[in-house]
Amino acid sequence: MIDAADNVTPVIGLEIHVELATATKMFCRCRNHFGDPPNTNVCPVCIGMPGVLPVMNAKAVELALKVGTALNCTVAEFTKWDRKGYYYPDLPKNYQISQYDLPLSLNGWLEAPLAEGAVKKIRIRRAHLEEDAGKNVHDHPAHTGVDLNRAGVPLLEIVTEPDMNAVEEVMSLARAMHRLVRWLGASEANMQMGQMRFEPNINLHIAHGGAIHKTPIVEVKNLNSFRALERTVEYEIHRQYEAWQADPDGFRLEKMGKQNRGYDDAREQTVFQREKEEAHDYRYFPDPDLVGVVVDRPWRERIRAGIGELPLARRGRYMDGYKLTFKEADALTQDAATGDLLDSAVAAGADAKRCVNLLLGRGAAIANERGCSIAQIGITPAALAELAGMLSGGTINATAAAKVFDTVVLESGSPMVIAREQGLLAVRDGGAIEAWVDTAIAANPQAVADVQAGGKQQKKAFGFLMGQVMQLSRGTAEPGEVQRLLRSKLGIPVTD
Amino acid sequence: MNDLSNLSALELRDAIAGGTVSAVRAVDAYLEAIARREPAVGAYNEVLAERAMEQAAAIDRKRQSGRPIGPLGGLPLAIKDNLCTSYGRTTCASKMLANFQAPYTATAVARLEAAGAIVLGKTNMDEFAMGSSTENSGFRPTANPWDASRVPGGSSGGSAAAVSARLCAAALGSDTGGSIRQPAAFCGVVGMKPTYGRVSRFGLVAYGSSLDQIGPVTQNVADCALLLGAIAGGDPADSTCLDRPVGDYLIELEKPIEHLRVGLPREFFSQALDAEIASSIRLAAEVYQSLGATIVDVSLPHSRIDVDGEGKVSSYAVACYYIVAMAEASSNLARYDGVHYGHRTARDVEDIVDLYCKTREEGFGSEVKRRILLGTYALSSGYYDAYYLKALRVRRLIKNDFDAAFGHCDLLLCPVAPTTAFRLGEKTADPLTMYLEDIYTISVNLAGLPGLSLPAGLSKTGLPIGMQLIGPVFSEDRLLRAGRMYEKASGVSGLRPEMTKK
Repeated sequence: MIDAADNVTPVIGLEIHVELATATKMFCRCRNHFGDPPNTNVCPVCIGMPGVLPVMNAKAVELALKVGTALNCTVAEFTKWDRKGYYYPDLPKNYQISQYDLPLSLNGWLEAPLAEGAVKKIRIRRAHLEEDAGKNVHDHPAHTGVDLNRAGVPLLEIVTEPDMNAVEEVMSLARAMHRLVRWLGASEANMQMGQMRFEPNINLHIAHGGAIHKTPIVEVKNLNSFRALERTVEYEIHRQYEAWQADPDGFRLEKMGKQNRGYDDAREQTVFQREKEEAHDYRYFPDPDLVGVVVDRPWRERIRAGIGELPLARRGRYMDGYKLTFKEADALTQDAATGDLLDSAVAAGADAKRCVNLLLGRGAAIANERGCSIAQIGITPAALAELAGMLSGGTINATAAAKVFDTVVLESGSPMVIAREQGLLAVRDGGAIEAWVDTAIAANPQAVADVQAGGKQQKKAFGFLMGQVMQLSRGTAEPGEVQRLLRSKLGIPVTD
Repeated sequence: MNDLSNLSALELRDAIAGGTVSAVRAVDAYLEAIARREPAVGAYNEVLAERAMEQAAAIDRKRQSGRPIGPLGGLPLAIKDNLCTSYGRTTCASKMLANFQAPYTATAVARLEAAGAIVLGKTNMDEFAMGSSTENSGFRPTANPWDASRVPGGSSGGSAAAVSARLCAAALGSDTGGSIRQPAAFCGVVGMKPTYGRVSRFGLVAYGSSLDQIGPVTQNVADCALLLGAIAGGDPADSTCLDRPVGDYLIELEKPIEHLRVGLPREFFSQALDAEIASSIRLAAEVYQSLGATIVDVSLPHSRIDVDGEGKVSSYAVACYYIVAMAEASSNLARYDGVHYGHRTARDVEDIVDLYCKTREEGFGSEVKRRILLGTYALSSGYYDAYYLKALRVRRLIKNDFDAAFGHCDLLLCPVAPTTAFRLGEKTADPLTMYLEDIYTISVNLAGLPGLSLPAGLSKTGLPIGMQLIGPVFSEDRLLRAGRMYEKASGVSGLRPEMTKK
């Protein structure tokens, strides 16, 4: 455990790799698609054959600019491509086309939400575009296979400043980044498919004996899940603290420099790989096969205009404007389309709160079953607005509305028509309700006895009988009338 | 046979189009010439006889059925072996790619074929286009058709020798520092390095990507205009190739340029230059003067050639070129590692690095290794600023000099190479001497300009002497017309070595 007498500050920066959701690769026209049989999405360009030339995918640049702009970065007016040289079998040219000294975006920030409403601004050092490498496949006893489907997929590398000081901040930033790139349509960011990968840089600043001791900076490569990121950061904080405690004079940045560690998924620990001094000399130089990219003002403005409202701003608007709770607003701003659905329904005249209840009730449940976002379950803004309007006008009760919602999602169509066809419209007719009340009372003598006995069981038993009546009416009975009739027939006071 | 090899490409084209010669007969005649003279020259790495005959028969059928056969219909051409073809092999004269078959065809070659040309074969070269004599071929050297004991120049030595010995109607080469123009000069033929970005590099195996250009090697200036017109123009597969309209370079070719101002860069006439060549260039200037041109003295200070007290030659341009070209080469050639294609060592290997090392040790020749090592060094951290960045700054200064010079003249007239064709083996021991072969040509690549090399006559010993015309970017039409003016006035055109007359 960390000794409270030592004032320990973890200092953490992140490199985040994001594969962009383009139809084709960064420098050729091969399909950018995960999961196809090995080496099926390849061509002479992305497998680096002699004499071929890369041609830039403008869509990838567009998406990267969008992310850079949303990260409040300064977007470069001129950017270029550089070659980063290193030998590896999954890198067919033995150099990677990347950006060295003139990245697309520089000096931005992203707000990492902390406790409810609070945020921490994490500075973004740069975001640059490059091509992804292929994959070495170790599924053969005597050989290593190379799958080049991923080679040349556009990859955005986002580098933060080491502004995070706790695992919670790291996780918040990582999640905010994940939400942002999906929000912008820049990436699917599916971590199991390697579409978003983290590389944290971690060390500790320990105030000890009037001096600040800095532990060696550790970089951990290629973390493919939030859990791996969280475990890595937690593990490193403790490992470095213990290593420092064991050797406070030796385990220091100035003596040991930086090192690379890998993450062992099974043991949830990091393991030593190499000292950073042994790192490659990448011999960067401008790629003569590509021309520079001029990002002129009209282009920059078009990008900015296309970004729209970002998640945190929208969440604030929902809390202030729609009077939603933090939890509700947060749930509705996980992706752009769900909020868009809500906003469209409200624009069509629906009451926001009623829409939200529908979306976060049955909507969230269905989305959860299907493993998709609420917007993807397939309800239109018009249907949502209509159903919310029926609720507001008392044409339907909440229970019946949930049934109509499910039918609309399954079959689409007008909620009003569906409710009418299925006999789910609210029933106010005293005669019909009275019949259901009588049936419920006759069928449940124990509950009736409990209610009439008063005491602890009364409330629960009354609720049970209410439920029975509503069930008999298939949710259509007007609840106020049910309550009134039940009370009068059971002989208990009409008001609480 | 003889009557056919007397024809220039343009004349042969017209004969085929007019029906007096069939494409099959044309290919047959060149195959016969190859059978007779190729053993003494060694211009080809591969002759694609069967395919060429099929193509020729197809052209003939097309013509007989009244369909157009294209502006190069039926012309048998030779292609430098660093231009990818989806048929035959593309070896770059390297053991590394000795059996490499490209699944695609270079844009320039595809355009020639689309215009009706027939690819007769792939020509020898310095390995990966690194050299000035074709002696760096990984297979064997090529002989100069004018004197078999001499080199044809390089790196496009096979293409120049093939045109000179009339083993094809015309050829394509590539020029990174003079690799079309210098062998053209050594072999008494015409060669052009177009403006950087005039011809697509797609399918040209890269050496120095910011310098490489594909260009024609031909019997005369008109043939050069014919081929250039077919290969030039934008290509979506090459971002560095400009999508700028291509005119018909033949239309105004015969029309002399009025009020032509010919600049003589004074730095190029130092004591490094062979006296006989110097006088040939001055004679050529007089020819232009007799045609009404003005001769202008211009200066290219950063392309200056210095000779010290001991006769040692030095040049900023050569130093700059070798940094830039080798840096790019070290990266371009990194892909030949035995993993995906090409040569892979047959020896046991310990690990992947051992596989890389053994494969590259076996596959590359010594000049290629030298350039990879030097280029890697120049790009290494700690040396990058002092070498690569400084070279880029020098490159800019060299380009500025040309821009300034073209404020005073329309084109430059200068030598192509400091000497005529040297003997096989004469310069192989000293790479630096070999590098100086490029002293008059590399500035043009560094500045991205077009350069035309054409014969200016023969030396006393009977070897061809070349002259070079250099123009501003995209002034190919001007260079061709000026070249044609010289040909007509001097009568020096279509030079033929003795071996073609037997």
